[in-house]
Amino acid sequence: MKVITIDKKDWASGLEKTKSAFQVFGPVKEKEWHSFKALGPGEQPDMAYNNTRLSPKFLVEPQTDPMFTYSLDEAKEGHHILKEVRKDIAPKAVVGIRPCDAAAFLLVKRNFDTPQYQDPYWLEAYNSMTFIGLACNAPCSTCFCTSAGGGPFNETGLDVLLVDVGDSFVAKSLTDKGDKWLSAGGWASATDASGKVEALKQAAETKITSNVRTDNLKTRPTTQLYDAPFWEDAAFSCINCGTCTYSCPTCWCFDIQDEVRGTSGIRMRNWDSCMFPMFTLHGSGHNPRSVKVQRVRQRFMHKLKYYVEKYDDGIQCVGCGRCIRLCPVNIDIRKVCNQMNDYDPAACVCPA
Amino acid sequence: MSGYQDKIKETAERLLKEGSVEMVVGFRKGTLPMMNEPCFIRRPEDVRQLVWDSNCGINLANYLTDRKEKIAIVAKGCDSRNIVTHIVENKIKREKLHVIGVPCQGMVDKRKVAAACGGDIEAVTEDGDVLSVTAGGAVQTLSRMEMLQENCALCAHRNPVIYDELVGELVAEQTGIDRFAEVRRVEALSPQEKWRYFEDLLAPCVRCYACRNACPLCYCPTCFVEESRPQWVGKGQNPIDIRTFHFLRAYHCAGRCTDCGACERACPMGIKVRQLTSKLNKDVLDMFGWEAGLTLDQRPPLDTYKPNDPNDFIK
Ligand code: SF4
Ligand code: SF4
Ligand code: SF4
Ligand code: SF4
Repeated sequence: MKVITIDKKDWASGLEKTKSAFQVFGPVKEKEWHSFKALGPGEQPDMAYNNTRLSPKFLVEPQTDPMFTYSLDEAKEGHHILKEVRKDIAPKAVVGIRPCDAAAFLLVKRNFDTPQYQDPYWLEAYNSMTFIGLACNAPCSTCFCTSAGGGPFNETGLDVLLVDVGDSFVAKSLTDKGDKWLSAGGWASATDASGKVEALKQAAETKITSNVRTDNLKTRPTTQLYDAPFWEDAAFSCINCGTCTYSCPTCWCFDIQDEVRGTSGIRMRNWDSCMFPMFTLHGSGHNPRSVKVQRVRQRFMHKLKYYVEKYDDGIQCVGCGRCIRLCPVNIDIRKVCNQMNDYDPAACVCPA
Repeated sequence: MSGYQDKIKETAERLLKEGSVEMVVGFRKGTLPMMNEPCFIRRPEDVRQLVWDSNCGINLANYLTDRKEKIAIVAKGCDSRNIVTHIVENKIKREKLHVIGVPCQGMVDKRKVAAACGGDIEAVTEDGDVLSVTAGGAVQTLSRMEMLQENCALCAHRNPVIYDELVGELVAEQTGIDRFAEVRRVEALSPQEKWRYFEDLLAPCVRCYACRNACPLCYCPTCFVEESRPQWVGKGQNPIDIRTFHFLRAYHCAGRCTDCGACERACPMGIKVRQLTSKLNKDVLDMFGWEAGLTLDQRPPLDTYKPNDPNDFIK
């Protein structure tokens, strides 16, 4: 676990060197917002960015991910047999990822890597990544990572944490993968600036003003929360789009589809969302979550109750605030989480 | 516009107290600057939640679809036109509605404000034409008129088309506005340029369907994009499937779209989806002299047949 100080003058040249050992991804501004892109020779990430519009989960779980191809042409050898689509598992470095987004991969891993099942697509992609985090000196007004078990300088899920201390980055390696990436950059350590980190960290934490209460979620009886009277009011404005779940780094649901053109077919998986009515539509025509309020409740109950109970390690949310910023009708998970946490039927006298 | 807000509260309280409606659909203050949330009020004591300002751009007619209650709804010009369309298309009954009409002066485009101020906006207040924006600890002032949603800047029907009562005097309608300048610009492009234009326009789309779902016109129980037997369109991120979704959605709104802008406002990726519906609005106006939602007495031109139809193929 080494800590080095990288002079910003040396940053670009070192990053260029890492590209011979890693495919490098970083935040790049396109039109009004940032997203993670593969950086070609000479391309640099924008390390002054706030956060990306969509989360970087697509790097590991692409929105459309081909799994198999097949041919229906009986004249061809191997027709009707699924052929696995090979994935690119060469080492990749995701530079500038925010601590919340890196921590999110660990939450999602619980779903894709269980003792019973290991999802090869997700795991191979995830294992090929080295996460070079960038601490948040200036969190947004919608950030609440400190209420979600993280923090603007959180190291969980990262291989390296970079802190921007002005003229340099203080780089702390956290894993062997992180050591490898730092060596690939070949940075000579500049004057040690690690002393500045603690003050920046505290300043960043005090900038986070959204406090979300989660302490009672685990002990509140599930059926009480499920039957709570506030759902109709909370769900009314929702238009059941995919914005919150697609932008969320911790939402993992997908749907498998076959698409055939002529005689060649492809089996892929696409992101899916619990907010869509089709999500739970059975072959029989029955839909157990046929109305909106059930779907909205499901999203919040999953993140803030079922997950909490199942894994006993906090909520299924890292507090990145994307769903809050992007929801077209301003449904705010902070508000709903507090409502759930504070709900006590014995104390409640009103219908909403 | 604060006068509107008091009047909305008063009206809502009166209607709920006298029991002439079961609920009032309006807006309440959101948790973010420039965001109000559609809400319903059932109890007179809750009417204090109701707000009105330049951040009420979501189309509330969307919340009426297939509801059975007697509802009072706060409606600006475009909402009222979608209410008319809903009535004509049998999605709601006129006698089940009490329309609280709001003569509208345009809604603010929060993305324009964000682009003008940069960074994380902490607070926005409005006073007449002045918007005061706090971002990064500093306060800047902007002209509200310059920050309007594009559809509002081009709107020719700010006053409600139908209403049971109004919350203020009717406003003067904007005149001399060239609503279709942008459409004509795209029409004039060469086929190659057009292709590139649409490719670029729709490239960021993640198929979240916020545009479709924010629109009162899109009420089909199963949308064509979700049908699987037959499957009209692929479900992945193939650009052809994405474009198919967009072109078909726009065509399904032809002659029905009121240019309320809810679709464009809802898109998390900032895609100007109105570029497609505006073209069809222009065509429908040119071909049939029709603007959607202005009258209860006529059905939209694309769902009617007349023996004197100018097209040969239909005869
Ligand atoms: S909560 Fe907001 S973003 Fe999520 S489905 Fe509902 S309207 Fe869309
Ligand atoms: S639920 Fe919202 S705040 Fe939490 S991780 Fe997902 S997008 Fe971020
Ligand atoms: S297509 Fe867009 S502008 Fe037209 S009525 Fe629907 S939401 Fe409004
Ligand atoms: S709202 Fe935007 S991103 Fe979502 S489907 Fe519509 S155009 Fe695509």
